[in-house]
Amino acid sequence: MNWASFYAVISGVNRHSTGIGRIWLSVLFIFRILVLVVAAESVWGDEKSGFTCNTQQPGCNSVCYDHFFPISHIRLWALQLILVSTPALLVAMHVAHRRHVDKRLYRMSGRTNPKDLEQIKTQKMKITGALWWTYVISLLFRIVFEVTFMYVFYMIYPGYKMIRLVKCDSYPCPNTVDCFVSRPTEKTVFTVFMLAVSGVCILLNVAEVLFLVGKACSKQLHGAGDWTVGAWIQQKLRSY
Amino acid sequence: MSWGALYAQLGGVNKHSTSLGKIWLSVLFIFRVTILVLAAESVWGDEQSDFTCNTQQPGCKNVCYDHFFPVSHIRLWCLQLIFVSTPALLVAMHVAYRKRGDKRSMLASRGAERTPPAELETLKRRRLPIAGPLWWTYTCSLFFRLLFEGGFMYALYFVYDGFRMPRLVKCEQWPCPNKVDCFISRPTEKTVFTIFMVASSAACMVLNVAELCYLIAKALTRCLARSGDGRRRYGHADGVMADDALLQNKKNEMLLSSSTDSSSNKTMC
Repeated sequence: MNWASFYAVISGVNRHSTGIGRIWLSVLFIFRILVLVVAAESVWGDEKSGFTCNTQQPGCNSVCYDHFFPISHIRLWALQLILVSTPALLVAMHVAHRRHVDKRLYRMSGRTNPKDLEQIKTQKMKITGALWWTYVISLLFRIVFEVTFMYVFYMIYPGYKMIRLVKCDSYPCPNTVDCFVSRPTEKTVFTVFMLAVSGVCILLNVAEVLFLVGKACSKQLHGAGDWTVGAWIQQKLRSY
Repeated sequence: MSWGALYAQLGGVNKHSTSLGKIWLSVLFIFRVTILVLAAESVWGDEQSDFTCNTQQPGCKNVCYDHFFPVSHIRLWCLQLIFVSTPALLVAMHVAYRKRGDKRSMLASRGAERTPPAELETLKRRRLPIAGPLWWTYTCSLFFRLLFEGGFMYALYFVYDGFRMPRLVKCEQWPCPNKVDCFISRPTEKTVFTIFMVASSAACMVLNVAELCYLIAKALTRCLARSGDGRRRYGHADGVMADDALLQNKKNEMLLSSSTDSSSNKTMC
């Protein structure tokens, strides 16, 4: 299992997404996963070997690194990307369940035309009814995960800035020791970049939620409008 | 997920590009992405480990490296290639949107049962002419490409004070004692590759400018031809029947060739 197979799994969901959902998926894969794999991983590649402390005390280097970097940015981003993409699988599961039910009803009604069964399998589902709720819930989960990870980042690495120097006094370091972080500026640049793209993804998700809610409301209003006009006409005719 | 996946995405856009666009894509992938992956990454591979400072002061090397190389060349080029490739996806999205609209109107006009799947397949595979709104999307994507290329080239020039990699840098950052000499690993090889990548970037910019001029010229000729036709038609006082037939012929032509391309004639003249 790697990013390529992950990409294959998530791309399959693309078919049942809205236009904004497809844009979100492209932003996720191009500006986050691709940048993570081709650029960010090499920046953080030597984060431990390049972490130098001004002491010869054995073990001090490892202890200080562990104290200031409980979890690396790269691992946090990988977790974030996986968790943020997974709600889309809820939608895929719902679509698969609906198709299964449709096929069963079709077979039960006595028809077994393989061409029609194939059509049921490949038909694009409209985002209405229960699927609408599943889709909106998956969007809300995405937003919650994104925001949670941004908050976790802020808590662990205050201000999103990577400092050049950390002062460490954990045992076995003697008194207070200066430790120097490797490539702090480059790491800050990439942290800010990934944060900005994460913000863009949150905006896209919010826009998609508003679009779906708006669409559902307008459908409801049109439908309610027709019903009241029809019922009114019927009522008037009955009264004559 | 890597350059191969990006290549697969962009390869699909190639169908709807002009010839210059296809040349641009080849230059991008052969001279920039491949060179970056195969050669440049190994040249810059040991940039930090082999960055040596003339001091035993712990932390001095880290701090000096960070001061002189805020962002590595390799990362700047990776970001540049990603940003420069992305506007092409705007075109791909527009084409996909239009093809979906075409398919829907074809099914609506003929009915799903009477439309043979072979025709739907041809509709899916056909190449859309770069006219109308698609022309504007394509031109915007070219502008963005030029902007990103220029922006990143300027950023590289600004951060590294030119395109040359020096052999020696003098560092006075804390905790280095006084002034310390630091030596960069493989400076000549890095200079060679930097100049190569800058030259490829410039070539890509030239191709984009040429493509832009070509598209503008094509649009202008189309405009002039159309307004010329209109004037000629109004000029003929006699042969009204012939004019009517001509008008009907033009209408039929439009309906046949771009029956689902009706939006293409709306925005340009």
